[in-house]
Amino acid sequence: MILIKLFTTFFKIGAFAFGGGYAMLSLIQSELQINGWLTAAEFADIIAIAEMTPGVIAINSATFVGNKVAGVAGGAIATMGVFMPSLILVLLVSHAFFKFKDHRLVKGAFYGIRPVVAALIMNAAVAIAKTSIMNTEIIKSVSDFLAEPLNFVDIKAVVIFIASLITIIKFKLHPIVLVLSAAAVGLGMYYLGWI
Amino acid sequence: MKLLWDLFQTFFRIGIVTFGGGYAMLPLIHKELVDKKKWISEEDIIDIFAVGQSLPGAIAINTSIFIGYRKKRYAGAVCSMLGTIMPSFIIITLIALVFDKVEDLPQLQAAFWAIRAAVVALIAAAAVKLGRKAIKDKTGVIIAVIAFIILLLFNINVILMIIAGAATGLTIYFIRSSRKEGRI
Repeated sequence: MILIKLFTTFFKIGAFAFGGGYAMLSLIQSELQINGWLTAAEFADIIAIAEMTPGVIAINSATFVGNKVAGVAGGAIATMGVFMPSLILVLLVSHAFFKFKDHRLVKGAFYGIRPVVAALIMNAAVAIAKTSIMNTEIIKSVSDFLAEPLNFVDIKAVVIFIASLITIIKFKLHPIVLVLSAAAVGLGMYYLGWI
Repeated sequence: MKLLWDLFQTFFRIGIVTFGGGYAMLPLIHKELVDKKKWISEEDIIDIFAVGQSLPGAIAINTSIFIGYRKKRYAGAVCSMLGTIMPSFIIITLIALVFDKVEDLPQLQAAFWAIRAAVVALIAAAAVKLGRKAIKDKTGVIIAVIAFIILLLFNINVILMIIAGAATGLTIYFIRSSRKEGRI
């Protein structure tokens, strides 16, 4: 029955999707193509949707595909499939984690893990910056970039970036307010013809 | 009971504005749960994030389950997770019902272009804030810098990075305790 297949396919995706959003994409794509649930064009749609909607791509694509294949019920079942592995595994680990986190070996390991996490978070900012502030696709070499940096940098995005930093650091603006304000700014700039 | 609802609606509000991937949730979690509600400490967030990265599934979902468990065990975990997922589920279901194809509205693109720039700032600021808690000494700085450079240059899997971090931490621990006991 299709609902069962939806559940098991997305359960598999949820269970093997390591490493965050875009790493999951190739797994999602292969699973969906195997089942014949999406064409390449529709897959491109999902990526576009995932960019435009809040939340994680795993959930977004599960809900979308499930809906296309079997209506609202399909969307619900597929979504449940994708978060089940997380729920089970994290609950198992949480219990152990909070129990053992003060053990000297665990502390020792986390002493090394924590700086790595800081680096990972900063790297996430850089990764998005590459698609937002810098046009890395057309940068052919560092010397190219240094010679004429303005060609490769989206100045308007940089301005928004800096303005955002100021509101965060100086005015301690709530992130939710910042995101909504940025959306408004983007819309405003569009209507003013500035973009 | 009130706490369960609070968990749900807090993560729901966070879920609505998490654009740009799981990491974008971090500044929101920090503001709501560490600053405002004081439900967890900054050190806890870092550790939860670390473990959440190492397990399969989306970091945002894993993190919400962890925090929910911390506050109200299994019921808390489920409520937090549902809060995180609901906005996506509702919005996408509506989109799937109303549109057959995704519309490439330029207005939407403009809005998201601006949001992306703001998200870079949010995540960078979170990285610095948490970095201050995550890095307590010179050794920590060295580990962070090396990890950052490796990430910039190579596309190393997140889990491998965390395992490497754990191995580094344990190695340092053993070296230090051996020195203390006079074995080295």
